[in-house]
Amino acid sequence: METPDARQYEALSVESAAVVRRESAWQRVKRNWSVRIGGAVLVVLLLVALIAPFLGTVDPTLFDAASRDLLPGQAGEITTLEGETVKHSFLMGSDSFGRDIYSRVVYGTRVSLIVGVATALLALAFGIVLGLSAGYLRWLDGILMRVMDGIMAIPAILIAISLVAMWKGSLLTVVIAIAIPEIPRVTRLVRSLVLTIREEPYVEAALSLGTPTWKIMFSHILPNTVAPLVVQGTYICAAGILTEAILSFLGVGLPPDIPTWGNVMAEGRAQFNEYPHNIFFPGIFLAATVLAVNILGDGLRDTLDPKMAKRV
Amino acid sequence: MYAFLARRLLATIPVLAIVAVLVFLMLRLTPGDPAAILAGDAANTEQIAQIRAGLGLDRPVPVQFMIWLGNMLSGDLGESFYYKMKVTALIGQRIEPTLSLAALTIAIAVLTAVPLGVLAAWRFGGWFDRALMGFAVMGFSVPVFVLAYILIWIVSLKLGWLPVQGYRRIADGFGPWLQHLILPSITLSVIYIALIARVTRASVLETLGEDYIRTARAKGLREARVLVRHALANAAVPIATIIGIGIALLIGGVVVTESVYAIPGLGRLTVDAVLARDFPTIQGVILLFSLFYVLINLLVDLSYVILDPRIRY
Repeated sequence: METPDARQYEALSVESAAVVRRESAWQRVKRNWSVRIGGAVLVVLLLVALIAPFLGTVDPTLFDAASRDLLPGQAGEITTLEGETVKHSFLMGSDSFGRDIYSRVVYGTRVSLIVGVATALLALAFGIVLGLSAGYLRWLDGILMRVMDGIMAIPAILIAISLVAMWKGSLLTVVIAIAIPEIPRVTRLVRSLVLTIREEPYVEAALSLGTPTWKIMFSHILPNTVAPLVVQGTYICAAGILTEAILSFLGVGLPPDIPTWGNVMAEGRAQFNEYPHNIFFPGIFLAATVLAVNILGDGLRDTLDPKMAKRV
Repeated sequence: MYAFLARRLLATIPVLAIVAVLVFLMLRLTPGDPAAILAGDAANTEQIAQIRAGLGLDRPVPVQFMIWLGNMLSGDLGESFYYKMKVTALIGQRIEPTLSLAALTIAIAVLTAVPLGVLAAWRFGGWFDRALMGFAVMGFSVPVFVLAYILIWIVSLKLGWLPVQGYRRIADGFGPWLQHLILPSITLSVIYIALIARVTRASVLETLGEDYIRTARAKGLREARVLVRHALANAAVPIATIIGIGIALLIGGVVVTESVYAIPGLGRLTVDAVLARDFPTIQGVILLFSLFYVLINLLVDLSYVILDPRIRY
């Protein structure tokens, strides 16, 4: 007989290694510096969005003809909805209507975060349902994936701007229009995960016990797709924030009086030569936010989904 | 090879068909009478009736689709009510700036990103590698229009080196053409460089671990030759793939960049058409961009044969 247990021992140690790794997944995430930095910036932005009214802002839609085109830091006055004129210091200057750019940028954080998160959730929800269906219902696979290929052949921005143009810009239509071109990527990811996982022994075991298909899909397969989907979700969130800003900037997004970073920049375009800060201040916020989400995504990818980290 | 070419060409047909159905449905799902939408706000009842008859809008939807598809395939993309001309003629007028911008951007991106990616992989974990990966994350995060304004502000307004906006046809001279196009191309290439450099680095990193690299070094080849002839050559397929996939990103960027730099190309046309709700033009541009994307990726697939002689279709 061969010396017995070298192989057995190896199998055992591999198994226990797997157990250890699973236990420490959350701890690894917490230790990762990308997650810490990206997460910290996002927490700050979230706070800014939540307590926007208490950050020395005024109503972002208020304007005052006497305070047009102020430079950053200049003092001026602004008329409230009640018709009172109050003194106000324009930290980031004012636009050509006399609106406070600082207030508009701070309130714009709300729109960007809502759009980013909502887009990611919507795209994930549809992508999960479609991907599970394609991966599990083989008759649906061919046709569904061809449709996804078709959507992916149309550049995302074009889908988003034509949809918003058709529906007229509101928060809901903008989110849907940005989410639709992201759905195929999630679908493909979920489908490929399902095709791998459905070959696993525990799925076979569940099948042989007579577990219904829907239950296998949602309680055996779906939980194992969580890590890659969280990572994918952060990237969609970043892309969603960017696309919303682009739509607003091009004038096809949310109506111009709503304070979004893209709208502030669009308003600043005409006077860029004299007042470049009208574009730079919201631009800095936008870039910082997207950067934070991307860094968080990279950190999550490295810790939660090492296989994907290896691929790129 | 020819059999593969035929098969690959055939495989693009379903994708393009789906694109056609989606674009067709886009208009039908818009609230309102499609004929009235296509005719534009200023049209009279006679014009609307004419369009309705031409599109067969009184017939069942599948028949409508066949009529529409027939028109598209015969090169009739309809008439733009906003520009008062055929959409095909309109696209013909606007295509040169966009092709110029795209070509220059791809050239800049590939020529910078590939060497940078190879260097980063060569010095894996070193300061250059870290800096490049940092730049890649930044490149994905700084929106193209913010970058455009930063560059305009520094290069055109503060330094006065280049014109701020506009476009000169290449027929008017190469110098002015390049002067007007170089800044937009650099702007647009940043995200593309980030994408290609990342994949080049990952791909070269993988080949650098192969046995034949050790062999090549052991037989005393110069490091440059090892990197280019052995590592990069074997890493070429994923790089070609990402260049193809990145075209979608590029097209999205073209729309924004042309708007910021006031370049009268297809991207600017798209935005103007959307703002004017000029549906025939929107449809035409989307179909054209998608066709372009599919064709580029077809070319990428074919390039595998050259890049990797083991691939025989």
